[in-house]
Amino acid sequence: MNLRELTNTEAMAEALREEMIRDPSVFIIGEDLVAHGGIFGQFIGLPQAFPGRVIDTPISETAIVGAGLGAALTGMRPFVDLHFADFTTCAMDEIVNQVAKIRYMFGGQAKIPLVIWAPDGAGLSAAAHHSQSLEAWFIHTPGLKVVSPCFPYDVKGLIKASIRSDDPIIFFMHKKIFSSKGPVPAEEYLIPLGKAEIKRKGKDVTLIAYSIMVLHALEAAKELEKEGIDVEVLDLRTLWPMDWESIAESVTKTHRVLIAHEACVTCGFGAEISARIQEELFDELDAPILRVGAYRVPIPFSPPLERFVIPGKESLIKSIYKILGKEMN
Amino acid sequence: MKEDHQIWLELYRMMVKIRRFETLTGELFAAGKIPGFIHLSIGQEASSVGVCSTLRPEDYITTTHRGHGHVIAKGGDVKRMFAELMGRSTGYCKGKGGSMHIADFSLGILGANGVVAGGFPIIVGAGLSIKLRGTDQVAVCFFGDGASNRGPFHEALNMASIWKLPILFVCENNQFASTTSFHYSTSVKSVAQRSIAYGIPGRSVDGNDILEVREAALEAVERARKGEGPTLIENRTYRLRGHFEGDPQRYRTKEEVENFLEKDPIKRFQEFLKNEKILNEEMDRQIWQAIDSELTDAIRFAEKSPYPQPMEALRDLYAEDVDPLFQRSLA
Repeated sequence: MNLRELTNTEAMAEALREEMIRDPSVFIIGEDLVAHGGIFGQFIGLPQAFPGRVIDTPISETAIVGAGLGAALTGMRPFVDLHFADFTTCAMDEIVNQVAKIRYMFGGQAKIPLVIWAPDGAGLSAAAHHSQSLEAWFIHTPGLKVVSPCFPYDVKGLIKASIRSDDPIIFFMHKKIFSSKGPVPAEEYLIPLGKAEIKRKGKDVTLIAYSIMVLHALEAAKELEKEGIDVEVLDLRTLWPMDWESIAESVTKTHRVLIAHEACVTCGFGAEISARIQEELFDELDAPILRVGAYRVPIPFSPPLERFVIPGKESLIKSIYKILGKEMN
Repeated sequence: MKEDHQIWLELYRMMVKIRRFETLTGELFAAGKIPGFIHLSIGQEASSVGVCSTLRPEDYITTTHRGHGHVIAKGGDVKRMFAELMGRSTGYCKGKGGSMHIADFSLGILGANGVVAGGFPIIVGAGLSIKLRGTDQVAVCFFGDGASNRGPFHEALNMASIWKLPILFVCENNQFASTTSFHYSTSVKSVAQRSIAYGIPGRSVDGNDILEVREAALEAVERARKGEGPTLIENRTYRLRGHFEGDPQRYRTKEEVENFLEKDPIKRFQEFLKNEKILNEEMDRQIWQAIDSELTDAIRFAEKSPYPQPMEALRDLYAEDVDPLFQRSLA
């Protein structure tokens, strides 16, 4: 295998390039794409490589998502760039009432090969309207699939799988990991939707995480290793379909669970995972399941405020000590 | 018989078919045979038939909660429609959609929509897809006057205009947004005026005159097929029934409705065809009779069709059927 170090955005652009070569029905649509290369420069090079297939739009999120849907229903495979996950709210009818429901409410007549890509997450002092993690809304909506990977290898494989899927995908990517690097094979590969992956094997506690929290989880695990605590880090990668088999296998091994996401704890995806574990695997548990997430406030602007509100490595370490019933040194 | 005359008789036949479909649907609903709510398009037949008569099978439409007429005019199968209205497994959506969610993707019917203005963004996508695929199809978005006050109308017209998409935005101005009058709720005298803001042609026609509707649609379709972009057409009409069946209609007088009965599009066209000696009493009787016999058969088909099995509620969510609880395969 020929491995290169790519950033997450490079991995994504490579996936798009390969899929656009492979299938002429794939196109990219959104704001600020052609001249600017995407608001984060994530599409640089693609408008020139595929003239007419990277389409700039007015600031009209409703029509952008709807245009993706209408094109998906009539033979195309659109990749919609939504600028910021926060702006899903401007297209909520299209996502929740139309994109998610059209296959089902029309009795399975239609397929919806549509990817809605939306950068999410906090940590850049972008404040309340450019920092949210909203995945729980979409996991809650029947008909959607939700993806939120952390590493370039997973980003590339999952972008390709999402584009080839006949179901609508909401693809979140945390803004703070855009430039983080990782090995990506030059050879073609896909990562199936709905498959989690253990990023660090351990026996004492299962730390279930996704997106940027996987990075924090791995750092926490590294520190705890020095204290003789062996943490297993399970990266969900796809949030829905949920990879229950991988969750159950890890929980059955460690008997202790911490779930981490950057979204606020209340009614976050952690609540769902936790509830299912106690419903299905209650006898396996040696300690209460704990959750780590943001406080239930809008994301504030000022760096010390933002740092306080969103979770990081420290909150993970603290929670793991609590689960193990140990005192922190 | 001249070609025009054949087309005119076909237009008439289609309007009668929609009128009878809607009337029978109202009766079935009153008899408790259709669950939920229904919204009838009685009085608005000239709009659906006039516009859809200018389309090819491969052209697209989106429609609304008041969409039975558009589906029929685009070639929809009345058997599967009645079956859907009655929640049967042989319905267009296997009983998952009902009156407000009928689609037939094989006929380019991209669906009725329960959300007012829900069709606008979808039609922009259909228009964009036509352009990207390089075909000469057109896409038609039917909507009501109420929808022209929602944001998606404005985003869609702007986008369709800048990209010159092959779209007809067809407003059926039936004077009421649910129960609120057009004049109260809308900042302009005519929805067609709003075309000016988006730099596209706008035309307001007597929506109860089928030939006028058809003529405007033909022109807009030709423009669209030539790649010259979208058109906004306002068919001025009147909703003869309530917003929904059972609507007490406290917002208008009986006299107002009676006044519009005189302008009934079917009655007007019938008189026109008779005056032109294209239609006589006997032919007319046969038209209505043949349609009633087709619709009666369709109702019988629907009534005899089974309800879906409860487990069917878990299917059709994704490309592969999965257990909605754990997302495992249902096979």
